[in-house]
Amino acid sequence: MLAFTLRRAFQAIGVMIAVGIISFSMFRFAGDPVNQMVALDTSAAERAEIRKSLGLDDPVPLQFARYFGNAVQFKFGVSYQFRQPVASLLKERMPATLELAICATILAMVFGILMGVYSALRRDTFFAKVLQAVSLIGISLPTFLIGILLIYLFAVVLGWLPSFGRGEVVRFGWWTTGLLTVSGLKALILPSITLGLFQMTLIMRLVRAEMLEVLRTDYIRFARARGLTTRAIHFGHALKNTLVPVITVAGLQFGSVIAFAIITETVFQWPGMGLLFVQAVQNVDIPIMAAYLLMVSLIFVTINLVVDILYTVVDPRLRSTIGRAT
Amino acid sequence: MSDVAVPKAEPSVPRAKATPGWFGRALESDIFYSFRRSRLTMVAAAVTLLFFLLAIFASVISVQNPFDPAQLQLMNSRIAPLWTADGQSPFLLGTDEQGRDVFSAILYGMRISLAVGVLGVLFSGALGILLGLIAGYVGGAVDGLIMRIADVQLTFPAILIALLVNGVAKSVFGNRLDAMSTLAVLVFAIGLCFWVQYARTVRGSVMVEKSKDYVAAAQLIGLPTPVIMWRHVLPNAMGPILVIATINLALAVITEATLSFLGAGMPDTMPSLGTLIRIGNNYLFSGEWWIVAFPGLALATLILSINLLGDWLRDALNPQLR
Repeated sequence: MLAFTLRRAFQAIGVMIAVGIISFSMFRFAGDPVNQMVALDTSAAERAEIRKSLGLDDPVPLQFARYFGNAVQFKFGVSYQFRQPVASLLKERMPATLELAICATILAMVFGILMGVYSALRRDTFFAKVLQAVSLIGISLPTFLIGILLIYLFAVVLGWLPSFGRGEVVRFGWWTTGLLTVSGLKALILPSITLGLFQMTLIMRLVRAEMLEVLRTDYIRFARARGLTTRAIHFGHALKNTLVPVITVAGLQFGSVIAFAIITETVFQWPGMGLLFVQAVQNVDIPIMAAYLLMVSLIFVTINLVVDILYTVVDPRLRSTIGRAT
Repeated sequence: MSDVAVPKAEPSVPRAKATPGWFGRALESDIFYSFRRSRLTMVAAAVTLLFFLLAIFASVISVQNPFDPAQLQLMNSRIAPLWTADGQSPFLLGTDEQGRDVFSAILYGMRISLAVGVLGVLFSGALGILLGLIAGYVGGAVDGLIMRIADVQLTFPAILIALLVNGVAKSVFGNRLDAMSTLAVLVFAIGLCFWVQYARTVRGSVMVEKSKDYVAAAQLIGLPTPVIMWRHVLPNAMGPILVIATINLALAVITEATLSFLGAGMPDTMPSLGTLIRIGNNYLFSGEWWIVAFPGLALATLILSINLLGDWLRDALNPQLR
């Protein structure tokens, strides 16, 4: 068990170093940091001076070590467009993205599980078939089209909800939250639905498949034979056993929710990290792109690691297979 | 189903003259049988074919070339679709801000979207098949390295990788890429996103196939390794590759549309469907819904029908489901 945990942790660190090399090469070679910093009429000698003072003529491995050392302390350099440290830009925008991603995930879990259970238990009803068809269409519609559709319906035609921005936010230290004001909550609804819809269809299909699988097993038949109520069987026994894979998938998907927030944030002009990243891509702001890549990879790798380890803790069957495999 | 009634020879054994031509064989194959039994699939295939034809013959069908400034007149801007009260004759789906016919713009945009999608699928397929063949056939450290990269890449969403590749390309080549080079960059970015699945599938089949007798026989008669891989091993892995390619076409079209929508894809001078949606989105609030609605509808229908085709192909080629 300990050996497995350590090996996974080493793998995670290896991935982070690989991402770090990519991020560093983008930072160092894709855009010349000096050209971005100086004016057009700066002489070659002055440029060489700046180059030297930034340490850009040191050997590349040394530069990489320095970049990595800075990145570990969350120093990512200065943004070309904003002339501000990238770290503070990201920090400023992180609460917006995390709030959106968490709301979307909760929404997707609650409705996905409800709809999945319904379409498994009432498999042949009309509504369950509608849900299946809608989920296929939901997978085929690109996220930004869903966002535009929702904006048109609820902001343009009905005028119930705002179409852009975060509304009023309340500040706690460096964290800002929109969850405590009415306008903030209203602004959160449409982006969360847009972002959560894909995960919702995914969870719904998964819950449906798992439920159908579990309902066929012997212990459910035995529970029926014992004369338990249908409700106790369905929700006490069947649903409980489907939840482990569902929570795993939802956990693993949280990383992609943050990445997909790029699209949702652009549609709704949500002031998060994703919007910052898109603007960076449009304006070729390499430091922001490199830092965003590092941050998102860190989140991905951490989630994957935690889920892997938790899984072996929760499910003893996996532990024995791991023992045999090594 | 049909296997029970009519025992057949191995379908993958090609015989030169005894059997009818490939078309005749295709008509009586299991696949075509299952195709004819699914009405939804036939509709999806017809719609996909129609879209491809519309895209290919865009310049013949459209009433104007929407990107030739000489043919545009500002007088004609913001005309509503034909069936509404304000509609005007040649403009079936209305016009946009600059007097461009929305229908013609969709045809030309579809052409770009499908071109990027098809080229992206070809590129990612070629890359994935090549790496998968090498990984499966050579094995050892090479295999380990390629599959490690694949594992890591699979944890990152495609759109993130595509955006990064795009941003880096822009920064290397400068921000003034012309439309055709942007198209090439998009194909490259999409290709880099989707090679993993091909590589994994091909590697798996190669590892199964390479221990079989026919490969040993081919080695025995002295065929060089690349020939064995290309002519003998690869054809046996073609079924799953076809399924992945179909589903990836839908994914590639979505990715291209998303990139263009985010402003990191095709420029306004040579728009794809995603670019048209981004442009149209600006007029949503002023009531000109048709500028964004019809490109969006076209994109959604295209992706849905390709997805339906892919789902059907996956089931039809999987003998366990029959």
